[in-house]
Amino acid sequence: MTPIRSPFLRGCLASAPFVIVVIPFALLFGVVATEAGLNLLQVMLFSFSVFAGASQFAAVQLMQDQAPVLVVLATSLAVNLRMVMYSVAMAPHLGAAPFGTRALMAYFLVDQSFAASQLEFERRPDQPLADKVAFFFGTVTPVAPTWFAATFAGAVVGETIPPEYALDFAVPITFLAICAPMLRSVPHVVAAAVSILAALLLAGLPYGTGLLLAAVLAMAAGAGAEVVLSRKGRAHAD
Amino acid sequence: MQIDPATFWIVLPVLAIGTYLIRLSFLGVLGSQPLPAGLRRALRYTAVAILPGLVAPAVLWPAATGGETDPARLAAACVTLLVGIVTRSVIGAILAGGVTLYAVLWV
Repeated sequence: MTPIRSPFLRGCLASAPFVIVVIPFALLFGVVATEAGLNLLQVMLFSFSVFAGASQFAAVQLMQDQAPVLVVLATSLAVNLRMVMYSVAMAPHLGAAPFGTRALMAYFLVDQSFAASQLEFERRPDQPLADKVAFFFGTVTPVAPTWFAATFAGAVVGETIPPEYALDFAVPITFLAICAPMLRSVPHVVAAAVSILAALLLAGLPYGTGLLLAAVLAMAAGAGAEVVLSRKGRAHAD
Repeated sequence: MQIDPATFWIVLPVLAIGTYLIRLSFLGVLGSQPLPAGLRRALRYTAVAILPGLVAPAVLWPAATGGETDPARLAAACVTLLVGIVTRSVIGAILAGGVTLYAVLWV
């Protein structure tokens, strides 16, 4: 087999496996958002303009709980703050592209395009800018249309699914499944554990503010655990 | 409960623009510069600090059962987490959790 030369095609191939995860996630968002009372136009606008699954689920759930606008926004934007890291990581590789291109790439900077591009750029940092840009756009090509199409399909079938299928629980299961592989270090486990405990203990606070507080505590706990562990590691090395 | 349309039409544009600006930040405007270590440390844990807390109440007190702890949902959540941690496979974890949920609900 000859290796694929086109960086665009290599990008497509690199992110193709993500499609398997994107389909159920987007379908589920369509279903859940429809059941929460959003119409087809609203659901599609949501997926097109925000284009960040986890924060969309968070926003829908909090709006359903009648949380105030500021709490909805703070929580769902906080879910997306991880993308600052993606933006930082991509800047050295793609930062020399024209602003218009970068503005478009920013829209498509999602978990999957970041993960696939980061791996490729670390492996082959010396390839020309044009190749890196082409690879990046390749990585979003299988993912973005799938995300929109599956959201649409979910929104259309959403209303026909009867409650005995316990679909309410598909969201927690999907979120837990997404979180589990993130628990790759002790600080991540500490952050998740604090997040769960604090969210349960603070669940009585009004307007979803308990979750926001739990998130801040969990983030501090994760960062704190990292500092403690790295100090210990250094002491060990000495 | 249904989403209030007024809330939706405020949340949608602000969330969309805010999320876009987050993505644009360094790639589009700030360029290649190192992030302060403290900030990088905090950002690393944002997703894992929020998502588990978001679902925890729904696992222990599901709205569908009127807030009563439900063995099927609790078992499904534990299986999902366990399979996800062991196999690192998102799809594997979803399938295992779904099978557990229906098995306990319907058997």
